[in-house]
Amino acid sequence: MTSLLALSPLILVCATAIVVMLAIAWRRCYDLTATLTVIGLNLALAAQLLAWWQAPLDVTPLLTVDGLSIFGGVLILVATLACATLGHAYLEGARGPREEYYLLLLCAAAGGIALVSSRHLASLFFSLELLSMPLYGMLAYTYRERGALEAGVKYMVLSAAASAFLLFGMALLYAFTGHLDFAGLGGALASAGGDGWLLAGMGMMLIGLGFKLSIVPFHLWTPDVYEGSPAPAATFLASASKVAVLVVLLRLLQSAPATQDAWFHSLLAVLAFVTMLVGNLLALMQQDLKRLLGYSSIAHFGYLLVALVINEGLAVETAGIYLVTYVLTTLGAFGVVTLLSSPYGGADASRLHHYRGLFWRRPYLTAVLTVMMLSLAGIPLTAGFIGKFYIVAVGVEASRWWLVGGVVAGSAIGLFYYLRVMVTLFLPEPGMQRRDATTDWAQRAGGVVVLALAALVVLLGVYPAPMIDWVRLMAAT
Amino acid sequence: MILVCLILIPFIGGLLCWQAERYGEQPPRWIALGTMLLELALVLGVWWYGDYGLNAMQGASDWVLEWRADWIPRFGIEVHLALDGLSLIMIALTGLLGVLAVVCSWHEISRRIGFFHLNLLWILGGVVGVFLAIDLFLFFFFWEMMLVPMYFLIALWGHSGSTGNTRIQAATKFFIYTQASGLLMLVAILGLVFAHHAATGEYSFSYEALRHTAQNELSPQMAWWLMLGFFIAFAVKMPVVPLHGWLPDAHAQAPTAGSVDLAGILLKTAAYGMLRFALPLFPEASQAFAPVAMGLGILGIFYGAILACGQHDLKRLVAYSSISHMGFVLIGIYSGTELALQGVVVLMVAHAFSASGLFIISGQLYERLHTRDMRLMGGLWGRIKGLPGIALCFVAASMGLPGTANFVGEFLVLFGTFDAWPWVVVVASGGFVLAAIYSLFIMQRVYFGPAKEETPLGGLDGRETVMMLGLLALVLWVGLYPGPLLDTSEAAMQNVERIMTLEETPALPEETP
Repeated sequence: MTSLLALSPLILVCATAIVVMLAIAWRRCYDLTATLTVIGLNLALAAQLLAWWQAPLDVTPLLTVDGLSIFGGVLILVATLACATLGHAYLEGARGPREEYYLLLLCAAAGGIALVSSRHLASLFFSLELLSMPLYGMLAYTYRERGALEAGVKYMVLSAAASAFLLFGMALLYAFTGHLDFAGLGGALASAGGDGWLLAGMGMMLIGLGFKLSIVPFHLWTPDVYEGSPAPAATFLASASKVAVLVVLLRLLQSAPATQDAWFHSLLAVLAFVTMLVGNLLALMQQDLKRLLGYSSIAHFGYLLVALVINEGLAVETAGIYLVTYVLTTLGAFGVVTLLSSPYGGADASRLHHYRGLFWRRPYLTAVLTVMMLSLAGIPLTAGFIGKFYIVAVGVEASRWWLVGGVVAGSAIGLFYYLRVMVTLFLPEPGMQRRDATTDWAQRAGGVVVLALAALVVLLGVYPAPMIDWVRLMAAT
Repeated sequence: MILVCLILIPFIGGLLCWQAERYGEQPPRWIALGTMLLELALVLGVWWYGDYGLNAMQGASDWVLEWRADWIPRFGIEVHLALDGLSLIMIALTGLLGVLAVVCSWHEISRRIGFFHLNLLWILGGVVGVFLAIDLFLFFFFWEMMLVPMYFLIALWGHSGSTGNTRIQAATKFFIYTQASGLLMLVAILGLVFAHHAATGEYSFSYEALRHTAQNELSPQMAWWLMLGFFIAFAVKMPVVPLHGWLPDAHAQAPTAGSVDLAGILLKTAAYGMLRFALPLFPEASQAFAPVAMGLGILGIFYGAILACGQHDLKRLVAYSSISHMGFVLIGIYSGTELALQGVVVLMVAHAFSASGLFIISGQLYERLHTRDMRLMGGLWGRIKGLPGIALCFVAASMGLPGTANFVGEFLVLFGTFDAWPWVVVVASGGFVLAAIYSLFIMQRVYFGPAKEETPLGGLDGRETVMMLGLLALVLWVGLYPGPLLDTSEAAMQNVERIMTLEETPALPEETP
């Protein structure tokens, strides 16, 4: 019984998916489908509390419910909820079937929740695939758009290649240790020392997961996919999917001390350094907001890797805090893009010139996007500042001056393009044709979500103590 | 509590201005003016009722007013505000220049007035926060926060230069310079905090605790690096010469109010930061660093002055002269004697007055001529009523003529430095010659010489006259009777001197329970 309670969020999400499927089969009704989805997700979010009372608890050899998994689960559910709400407005005007989007979304969310609870390579693999498969469909959902179709196919092909690497890595590890569960694997690795095959296995798994996190040099798909895919799907990809993979990577690194191996360790450090700089440098001259956010997310995962590399002292707390601020900010930024592009009508309004002079037409929506840009840039008064503060703190604490230097340089470069987006919003408008949000955007569900996110980002930036307490509580279990 | 009010008033006023825009053009201006007058009145009230003389210092605390509350208990971060003579003078200056900035943009800004005043007041709020914050995290918070509205001020209301986009480039340059150097300061602050954590086992960002750590726990090498982190952040903002690249552009493109704030207050936050943090936290490293700082100061004096002589754009000229004046400030700060430090305070106030005056004058000329290029001016003495005479006075102040506040400041700085660094003083004095040259260039090129046209231009209206004469009166008052100013900052400066000369280590702070 306790096991069932501990898994109740996952079960609820899966049940919702089945209910939604039956509802669609029974009668196509867009609003009903969306409502069912949102209700199910909210129930699952509430059920995380139930799971919290059972934690920490190992449920079957495959899954575990502890602070980390609940932390990841909450973030994933919040992100999924935001994507469902934003998707509702976005797909309203779409041609063709619209209801299946929610089905895919729920399946992907279930995959994410299972992934953050995984403590076994088998469950890691199947939940990662459960997370990725529906994403192919979501990314190509508006398949009449060339860009969306391209995004979906590109993600599918490269993702399959990454999965192959992951499987190969797992096979190597299994062949040399005889274990598939994280704990056993960690113990075996520790006693085996730095054998070349083991390192190759770890490296291949890192490639597979690094692809999902778009760490340089496995980042090439990111900007194209972000740019081409429909905005709500890109939102999910940028928030929930990345959270899930990062959390499982964190769990893996924590339970497998092979990462203490100097060679592997410095490889991670180099990847982090390169990711920060390359992501920021490539973002500099982008003309497309979604593409720019894609590159910026690469850079942000570079910062996050710093916490993973150091993996001592404040590191886990830092990763948690940074993930919270990153998810909130990304959801907000993509949310504004979604609102401006909805109801769906051709390619998304994501070129920077679509945003020129937005402030003088939609001051509050612009204020939201400005807050999000400031937060991504890590300027005080926003949650992003707290995240940046943590990252620098963890680097200074461990005296990793190169990584700290990378964070500082990366942030300085990053400012340039965040400021470019910001100032575009405020420039006087030219006479060109433009896309615009519906006039009553603030009264609709999507608008409320975006405003709430902005409020939350500012609130956590000014008074971060509750967030810090929550993350510490989760990290301690 | 009054300290919290001082910070909150501009922020709330700014929001009101933004919202008041819907009622027309005038309400935001009046609200902004009212807000800044209220702020100024509050500061003057604090000044009047507080005791900033030497006697106040004998007590247990260095602070005249203090306010603290928990903020982020995880890291021992507090909202800790404190006021002493130095911060009081700086805040009074902020209030005064805030009023000036609002008044001088009364006619200049005609687009999106509400949002303009929101940004203007938020800058001022952030600056007041910088002057009051004693917790290092809070200080950094305000330090970074005030950049954002300044960025908007330059980027949105600035003057476009020759090619279309330069004000945005200038604003971006300003932002990246200051933000990146700010991050270095954050690294240094964190380095200090973790050193404190290693020594005591708890996190704290409090000024007293970290000062204790910095002086007792750090290895000299570590102290040197951390001091450098602070110094670079402040040096960019001040600006010290190799790091000054953003200043001329930012000034040239900024609207008048932006230039007034930038020259009058933002540059002073850097000097304040050195006096409050860089020197007291790392006295030994700073002393070792003093020769370099002096060299940079001299370099700044000459570099700024020589480049000022070569400018055609009036605002760029004043901007370069600011670099030159800040060189004196830097020398004064690192000489570490009480006399020179007092001179630094007076010089900061004096430069705030004279540079703002000159920037406002350039703004007024721009409103009338629609150019700031001095080659297109000339012979204005007969064409504008009133303005040239006032300009002459401010130019005289800028070159440090006796009787003006600048003279008192520069004299005290050089006098106080002479004992320890005679050669520095001798060389730096050469800067006065150059100051005279560029100052006279302004008068000669703008007001004398053959007139380009004969049509008379509009003279000063009531608003402009009151503003300029008021500022001029302040310049002369500080120049002729600097006593009250000196008395107010004396205790704070003596503290800095005592720390800097290492005569006695300051009394160890009691561990706060």
